[in-house]
Amino acid sequence: MANTTPAVQMKNISKHFGRVIANSNVNLELYRGEILALLGENGSGKTTLMNMLCGLYFPDEGEILIDGKPATIASPKDSFSYGIGMVHQHFKLIDVLSAAENIVLGLDEKLDIKKSSAKIKEICDKYGFDVDPAQKIYDMSVSQKQTVEIVKVLYRGADILILDEPTAVLTPQETEKLFAVLRKMKEDNKAIIIITHKMHEVESLSDRVAVLRKGKYIGDMRTADTNAAEMTDMMVGRKVVLNIIRPEPVNPQPRILVNGLTVKSEDGITKLNNVSFTIRSGEILGIAGISGCGQKELLEAIAGLQVVESGSIEYVDDKGKREQLLGKDPKQIRDMGVSLSFVPEDRLGMGLVANMDLADNMMLRSYENGRGPFTDRKAPKKLAQSVVKDLEVVTPGINTPVRSLSGGNVQKILVGREIASAPKVLLTAYAVRGLDINASYTIYDLINEQKKAGVAVVYVGEDLDVLMELSDRILVLCGGEVSGVLDGRTADRNEVGLLMTKVGGNSDGKN
Amino acid sequence: MINFVSFIPKAVVQGIPLLYGSTGEIITQKSGNLNLGIPGVMYVGAISGVIGAFNFEQAVKSYEAAHAAGGADAFLTYGVPVLSVLIPMLSCLLGSLLMGLLYCFLTVTLRANQNVTGLAMTTFGVGFGNFFGASLIKLSGADVPSIALTTTSKYFSVKLPIAETTGWFGKIFLSYGPLAYLSIIVAIAAALIIKKTRMGLHLRAVGESPATADSAGINVTLYKYGATCIGCMIAGLGGLYYVMDYATGVWSNDAFGDRGWLAIALVIFTIWKPDMSIFASILFGGLYILYLFLPINIDHMEYQQLYKMIPYVVTLVVLVITSIRNKRENQPPASLGLPYFREER
Repeated sequence: MANTTPAVQMKNISKHFGRVIANSNVNLELYRGEILALLGENGSGKTTLMNMLCGLYFPDEGEILIDGKPATIASPKDSFSYGIGMVHQHFKLIDVLSAAENIVLGLDEKLDIKKSSAKIKEICDKYGFDVDPAQKIYDMSVSQKQTVEIVKVLYRGADILILDEPTAVLTPQETEKLFAVLRKMKEDNKAIIIITHKMHEVESLSDRVAVLRKGKYIGDMRTADTNAAEMTDMMVGRKVVLNIIRPEPVNPQPRILVNGLTVKSEDGITKLNNVSFTIRSGEILGIAGISGCGQKELLEAIAGLQVVESGSIEYVDDKGKREQLLGKDPKQIRDMGVSLSFVPEDRLGMGLVANMDLADNMMLRSYENGRGPFTDRKAPKKLAQSVVKDLEVVTPGINTPVRSLSGGNVQKILVGREIASAPKVLLTAYAVRGLDINASYTIYDLINEQKKAGVAVVYVGEDLDVLMELSDRILVLCGGEVSGVLDGRTADRNEVGLLMTKVGGNSDGKN
Repeated sequence: MINFVSFIPKAVVQGIPLLYGSTGEIITQKSGNLNLGIPGVMYVGAISGVIGAFNFEQAVKSYEAAHAAGGADAFLTYGVPVLSVLIPMLSCLLGSLLMGLLYCFLTVTLRANQNVTGLAMTTFGVGFGNFFGASLIKLSGADVPSIALTTTSKYFSVKLPIAETTGWFGKIFLSYGPLAYLSIIVAIAAALIIKKTRMGLHLRAVGESPATADSAGINVTLYKYGATCIGCMIAGLGGLYYVMDYATGVWSNDAFGDRGWLAIALVIFTIWKPDMSIFASILFGGLYILYLFLPINIDHMEYQQLYKMIPYVVTLVVLVITSIRNKRENQPPASLGLPYFREER
């Protein structure tokens, strides 16, 4: 490293939220011309620490030095003046404004969109971004929004960049593009901190890693000198085995028969076209496909949340009796043992009520099991306690609103509740989205346990490698059609990839 | 058939208080504050102006009594006209500003529920107005339940001299007092500031997503306080116009009616655009008094209430249409009614 004075030095930083300690005595150093990966489990205080650098929170104790000089960062404005810019996990953009308006927001310069647009174009050309300054945010894809966020930070002349889980919502191609940009910035002698849970990204991108655990600083090391297993052990604080077991399915029986299912969106666009397959008990069926290819609609159709154009979905019980699911309402379907745990992009969008506490959220599934007009509150409370204990949810108590928990813990509660209802069929979508590596493996274990208990599991996930390791069979969707069904044990990554982008894959010899 | 030359000026004078109210409320709502206290604020604005005017008139009377001998007095010829306008206006602005500060302190600083605070302020404002109104009526010793502020109000209802000589054109466009024209200037200025300036961009950002505005370095609290207080002062002028010009300086309790609620309905009707509000408030003003121009049998006075209902029905229709069309720009500010706390997780 050319420069030996750290660009950012955080000394003995502590931060409390009420009784919750988010950070205690954290020390962190960041040099120019390097990419530092900040690692830690969900709720270990990474985002809180970074929010103190960008001026949203003020540390209770400790000192921040920028280029060796003590700095007081009391507001985002202060942080800009030190050249710090942060791309937040949940984008800080205003939907009804254009890209250019969002980028100049809060600046003291004269409002001149034309001039600003020219400057935005200049930045885009330098780093190879593609942003239309006049485009409204609500018209943009997730990756476009992120680009706007990065341009916004660069527009302010930031040379210390913080990215909070930037790849959580990106496709592999978009991620590669982002990393190319980050490497270019590093060559520009900018200092970059990236928060991510994906170990292969840490290994391919970062120069150094720093690890936080439960708000405490554990240590830092050069990426080249370490490996995923060691980093995970540091994050978790004990030895973790990073293997997904795949027990042989025991006596799989058809559980749900989907035949010729066609679903159209409200605008009349075909989302699923003539989809037929079987879900079997004691087996994990993985559904692969690029995002938006119909996985969501498929699961929702089975759970009774989606209007179906044509086709049939039949449930087969233990005795072999068939029953049509179409035409039943979601509650009837749930009562038959078909459970949907869907983790949407914003986690709280579906399934949990943010302002209600843990016990009340458990009650959303059991509110009718009371005597007369009164609900039974004891059982959900017990359930909440056992979910907190079994899944190691970090929470001050079961009376805490779900809103104030960190994302991973929210997810554990959602999945835990669905599993607790002892379903016959478990539909999970993005169950590990945004979860750290340890929590992810806890969820995989939970899913495997369900499979061993004879539950028919449908698994929709973003990480293709995990999907292929976990599933017994893989159904590949492409543009709403079944592109192929593969055996999970023999499937090849390239084969799945081809099926994802083209119905029937490359087997016909043409491109 | 309706006589438009006499109908339109009546619609306009009905519309002006609504225009002030809706312009003020639009500015307030753009900052994310849903101030349902606007009817109360307008009421307080009106009574504050009346208190100022009443005290000034009493002072002028005693001055005249003391200087009865002098014919041409400099204070009476120059000072009185200027102060007749300034004192009621400043009292009105001060009264509404205090209401705005109270609302902001409760909702922004203490993060109280905006709906409850707003409704409480409406109740408070109307009670405040009626209390002081009744007190003034008692002080003035009038034998009717109202006070007439003739000295000051005549300066609020001065009209351009050419309004009389230009026929229908003068009647429709030139026959109003200065506060009426001011309301249009204020509405246009507000529209331009919101749309074109940096301040307006920041204001919209605060109302859409305070967390985003905050992380962009915008002082959210300052913008919320500023927009709400300025909005309240503008709305208060609507109350002042109503007493001093429309009612020619006659205050009687509860005469202001439900105009404050119409102003809030107008905010939705104009989809948060003060320039649209100029026409919309005149339309509402016209609908409000339409029954006077329609032949209503004395046996069917209940129809009058049905006609008075039209503005609200129209607002509901607009609300439904904008919801169905679902154009993002026409939706309310995204964080309208929500408190903001930076460290909330």
